[in-house]
Amino acid sequence: MNTLTDTFERPIPGEGPVNDFPAYTSTHKRAPKRAPLAIAHTLTEATGPVFGEDWTGPAADDLTRHGTGEAIGQRIIVAGRVLEGDGRPVRNTLLELWQANAAGRYVHEKDQHDAPLDPNFIGAGHAITDNEGNFRFLTILPGAYPWRNSYNAWRPAHLHFSVFGRSVCSRLVTQMYFPGDPLLALDPIFNSIAVREARERLISRYDPELSQAEYALGYRFDIVLRGRNATPMGL
Amino acid sequence: MPALTASQTVGPFFKFALDHPAWADVTAGGAEGERITIAGRVLDGDGVGVPDAMLELWQADAAGRYERGSGFRGFGRASTDEDGRFAFYTVRPGAVTEPGGAVQAPHVALTIFARGLLHHLITRVYFADRAEDNERDPVLRSIADPAARETLIAVRENGAAGTPALFRFDVILQGERETAFFDV
Repeated sequence: MNTLTDTFERPIPGEGPVNDFPAYTSTHKRAPKRAPLAIAHTLTEATGPVFGEDWTGPAADDLTRHGTGEAIGQRIIVAGRVLEGDGRPVRNTLLELWQANAAGRYVHEKDQHDAPLDPNFIGAGHAITDNEGNFRFLTILPGAYPWRNSYNAWRPAHLHFSVFGRSVCSRLVTQMYFPGDPLLALDPIFNSIAVREARERLISRYDPELSQAEYALGYRFDIVLRGRNATPMGL
Repeated sequence: MPALTASQTVGPFFKFALDHPAWADVTAGGAEGERITIAGRVLDGDGVGVPDAMLELWQADAAGRYERGSGFRGFGRASTDEDGRFAFYTVRPGAVTEPGGAVQAPHVALTIFARGLLHHLITRVYFADRAEDNERDPVLRSIADPAARETLIAVRENGAAGTPALFRFDVILQGERETAFFDV
C-alpha cells in the first residue's frame, strides 16, 4: 500500500458543525451514527470541477429584477471575496446564492409559510469570482421565517451560499447572517458550530463604503475555503 | 491568515435555485467511454426515501484522468425525487494512477447535501464488476470493516437491451447498513 498524504488543509475541530446535533431535529433520522472514516487525499479529493459561462450561463447577480417590476423589500448589496486559508484568492469559481423573499417566503412548492410571494422576486442567483476572488450581488434583505424545529421557532434572516473552490475538499455550502439579529442566539443551525468566533464569521458586516447612497445597504462577507497545504508531502 | 468559513445545511428549499436536471447528465459536454447509469435512493434512519437531498458526482474520465482539456466535465448534480431516487448518466471512469504510482480502482466521488445534514457527506461509488481492481484499491483497503467496505460497491443490474449498464447505489444515511462516509 502506498503512502497517501493530505494535499488540502483540514478544518480545526469545533470550528465547523457536527452532524450529530440533536437540537436540530432534522438530524435525528439523517445524521450518520458512525464517525466518518478519515482518508488521506488522493487525486479524487484534490481536484474538482471548473465552471465556465458555457455551462452556467451569464452571471445572474442582480436578484432584484425578475418579471416586469422591481422586487419588494430593502435592497442590499452583498459583496466579498472567496479566499483560501493562506489568503490567496479563489478565481473563476462558481458561487450560487438562494434565499427567501422580504416576507420570509421561498419560491418553493413545499414552503407553506403563510406569507406573500413576490412575483418580481425568485431569490436565486449565481456569479463567477473575478481574478481577485471578488463577487457582488444585488438582492433584497430576506425576512425571518418560522420553522417547526420547536414551538414558535424562527430562523434568523440568512442567505444561502454554495461555492466550489479548487477541489472536492474545498466544497462549501453555508449560510450568511446579518449583524444584530436577535434570532441568532436561539438558532440551532447557527449554534451547531461550537466555537463562537467560528460562528460569528458567518455574520456579515455592515459596510457603509459598500452601501450605495439613496439606493441600497452594503454588507460584506468573505468566504474562506480550505486551501492547499503549504508544504505538500509529495504524493 | 483568514480563518475557514464553516458549513451550514443546504436546508429544505434549494431546488428552485440549485436543481438543473441537465446537470445529471455528466456526458453533456461530450464523453468517450462506456456509457453507464448510476442510480439509487437516499434513505434515512427509518429506511424512508429522502425527498430533499442533492447529490454531486466527481469522477475521472474513461482514461482515468482528472486534469483534461475541453469535453468531459466529470461533474454532475442530481436531486432526489419524492421517493428519494436519483440517477446520474455518465461514462465508466478509468483506474486512476496517483503521482506516487498507486492505482485507484475505477470509482466516482459522491457528495450528499440535505436538510438535517449540517455538513455535507462524502462517499465513493465503486463497481462490483471490477473486483480485482477493488481488491487493490488503497481507500477500500484502508476500511477495516468488510460490511462498511461493501456499502461502497455498486451492483450491476440488468437494464433493457441496448441501454447503458445500470449500477445501483443506495446512500443510507443512518442505521444498520449505514453507508461508509469519509472525512477528507
